[in-house]
Amino acid sequence: MAKSFDVRRQPGFTAIAMLCFVLLYLPILLLVAYSFNAGQSISQWEGLSLRWYASAWQNDQIQSATILSVTIAVTAAFLATSVAVLAALATTRVKPWRGQTVAFAMINQPLMVPEIVTAVSLLIFFAMIKVATGYTGLWYLIIAHTAFCIPFAYMPIRARLQGMNLSLEQAGADLYGTPVKVFRYITLPQLWPGILAGGMLSFVISLDDVVITEFVKSAGQDTLPTYMLGQLRRNITPEINAISTALLAISILMVTAMFFFSRTRK
Amino acid sequence: MSPSRTRFALLAPAMVILFFAAAGPLVIVLVYSFLIPGDYGGVVWDFSTDAWFGVVAERDFFTDQLSWADAHLSVFWRSIKLSLMTSVLSLVIGFPTAYFIATRPKGSRDVWMLLIMIPFWTNLLIRTFAIMELIRNEGTINTVLIAMGLVTQPIQMLYTEFSMLVGMTYVYLPLMILPIYASMERLDFSLVEAGYDLYATRWQVLRRVIFPLVKPGVVAGSILVFVPCLGAYVTPRVLGGGKQLMLGNLIELQFGQLRNWPLGAALSLTLLVIVMIALIFYVRAAGNEGNAHG
Amino acid sequence: MIEIDTVSKLFGAGDSAFRALDRVSVTIKENEFFTLLGPSGCGKTTLLRLIAGFEGPTSGKILLDGQDLADKPPYRRPVNTVFQSYALFPHMTVAENVGFGLTMLGKPKSEVAATVSEMLALVRMTNLADRKTSQISGGQQQRVALARALAPRPKVLLLDEPLSALDFKLRKEMQLELKRLQSETGITFVFVTHDQEEALTMSDRIAVMSGGTIRQIGGPREIYDQPSERFVADFIGDTNFLSAEMIARTGDSAQLRLGQGAEVTARAGQVDKTSGAVTLAIRPEHARLVALDAGQLTGTLDDIVYFGTDTHYHITLDGIGTRFVLRRQNSPDEMRPVQQGERVGIALASSAGQVLKD
Repeated sequence: MAKSFDVRRQPGFTAIAMLCFVLLYLPILLLVAYSFNAGQSISQWEGLSLRWYASAWQNDQIQSATILSVTIAVTAAFLATSVAVLAALATTRVKPWRGQTVAFAMINQPLMVPEIVTAVSLLIFFAMIKVATGYTGLWYLIIAHTAFCIPFAYMPIRARLQGMNLSLEQAGADLYGTPVKVFRYITLPQLWPGILAGGMLSFVISLDDVVITEFVKSAGQDTLPTYMLGQLRRNITPEINAISTALLAISILMVTAMFFFSRTRK
Repeated sequence: MSPSRTRFALLAPAMVILFFAAAGPLVIVLVYSFLIPGDYGGVVWDFSTDAWFGVVAERDFFTDQLSWADAHLSVFWRSIKLSLMTSVLSLVIGFPTAYFIATRPKGSRDVWMLLIMIPFWTNLLIRTFAIMELIRNEGTINTVLIAMGLVTQPIQMLYTEFSMLVGMTYVYLPLMILPIYASMERLDFSLVEAGYDLYATRWQVLRRVIFPLVKPGVVAGSILVFVPCLGAYVTPRVLGGGKQLMLGNLIELQFGQLRNWPLGAALSLTLLVIVMIALIFYVRAAGNEGNAHG
Repeated sequence: MIEIDTVSKLFGAGDSAFRALDRVSVTIKENEFFTLLGPSGCGKTTLLRLIAGFEGPTSGKILLDGQDLADKPPYRRPVNTVFQSYALFPHMTVAENVGFGLTMLGKPKSEVAATVSEMLALVRMTNLADRKTSQISGGQQQRVALARALAPRPKVLLLDEPLSALDFKLRKEMQLELKRLQSETGITFVFVTHDQEEALTMSDRIAVMSGGTIRQIGGPREIYDQPSERFVADFIGDTNFLSAEMIARTGDSAQLRLGQGAEVTARAGQVDKTSGAVTLAIRPEHARLVALDAGQLTGTLDDIVYFGTDTHYHITLDGIGTRFVLRRQNSPDEMRPVQQGERVGIALASSAGQVLKD
């Protein structure tokens, strides 16, 4: 019997889609595979080994870069999520107000301006402050990361808030809940998945940043990505692959968790 | 507290951080673009429009004659050319992929999209590294080709415009798929059936029915890929190896080796203006989409 | 002429497969207004989609003028569809929509333009030719969808519940319009609906479907007056079902004894029994309210429901307890007024009943 006509099929599209998925994952999978290589090479397989993980673990530079990356990411994610919750409460489920457009533009600005431009502007601005105050600590990086994490934290929180029923809070207020108590016992528990998603997203974004960190960091303030970028000029060993694999694992874990989280809570 | 005061208090922390670490410094960049470079980086506080001239022109050191800054213009041209090529290549791969996902059963579409999103949310530097390791002279592709006896010498792919095109397509492809998929998912398939019913072949249905209906998504995707390509820094640095500069690398050079901060500032703002123009197109396209479906 | 030859269609596979069509055979004649009538999920739309070519049959054949359609994609079938949702292309004007089929067939521009204006005139939409389809009303969209499907002069026009989205008045108007278009164009119409009244008023023949099979095929009068089985009698119009005993049969005529003892004659229809228990179907308007001892049945009047043009009388039959509904046209010369709770007699019109298949 002849194969019946399928209105959804387009010739070659499935093949291209499959190729697309292969192309998306093949380079990453190879990178991961060679992190377990016993030899020095990142393209010739010489047997399974964890030696590069061990060597990365013992590398002082990588250790300090890891500590710095995590410190910045945790702090920036916490700050960005906190201010994003407040901003989302002020801009969601309210009547349109004057200045709303400006507020949205400000929040989304890090998404619209090319990273290199932001990086350059922060380099200039922080250089001025460094000269004026003499402070060369970590807070430049933390504030810079917080700023570009804000839109990523804001989006899921705002989305969650928009989906929430205003009448619940009205019921809370009707039952003698003060605004603070209503927020604490009614709004916040419902908002929690959004906050968690925003926080995780910010953490991943901060952990992955290269460009802004590269321009803003003072001497000796290498994060994992800038350390890896610095290694480019040297001979690359699977040690880089080992760090990459660890970072990949964190990102994939968080994105997948967020996916299932948002799916079950809907 | 009045509602507007509450709102002000809630917004203030985010606005202060964004003002000092995102929007505000852009004003300083504008100021710097009208100053004179200091000898060891930084600036001398004297008004000058030299930096802006320097974006497109250069003055001969000895004869004082003005001529086009070919070095800069070629970087501009390469940036725009590679960004356009990346958009087109992403479209060629992304459109069929988005179509494929949109025609899966409802339950499994999310999972396919997750497969697109996972690489997108993983570190851009790592993905660029993955491409680099693949196409280096000692990389997997060349090793395999030599082992199969197809070539005797490794093919030089790294540090060429080709490698930058491949790399940028690889890292920005999800940005193309996302908006096209969003349009495609809303596509009413009875329109496709109507097309077939009225004697349109598969190709005609694609061109005359499906494509016009998801065009807003295609426009959005193209701009979402084009814009970050234009300002790309990491991918051209790793895959272009400092030989094939794009705008981002040219800007960095002014703040690093060349120590011409005002020129770097002027170049940054030029990039910003181009991106803003592209974004205005994007907003228009998104607006039209809203109208078409509202 | 469309021949549908033992066509089955399964969705899904294995034990969970859903049998949307089960060995359906029917022949639709040239220039016929043929209606597929049935409740939702009966398979009528699936059958239409098989003819259009959007789905392929799991088994069986569909022939158009003797030619097997199996290998033909929808764009090679001289068959056009009016979709339930109209499926007008939102990115084209009314005229571009109507001309789409002809353009795809590669007709010259002048011919396309001429046919488009002819078609728009046919559905009285000439003045809106340059509008976008989102700028016209539902009834106008309906006309455009019709014109678009008729423009390529198909051999068969398939209509998938095209009137269901319209309000009552517009629907009545379009019913007449469709009938007019069918006779003017001479194209075979295959019309899918769940609305029995629509089917009765418009069709040359009706196929009543249920559970993936065709239960009865016939003209509107035949389907209404001589339903073959309980499902058809029940789905189309209101019917009273009475248990009876067949005591004699000569050809189409059967002698029955009702539960209360009275004997009546009825049409035997497709029932092959000559004796034993049967079910008798009687339309509410085929019985009259009479004095207690003047009819074949007696009962107590429970409810009188006024409907404007007619009145319904709900009667519980003595001894059996079955509810019998009787309908009477209202007229100025009112008959003797009856009271709720009164005991009444029911006279059945001679040979009005139909014996049903089990």
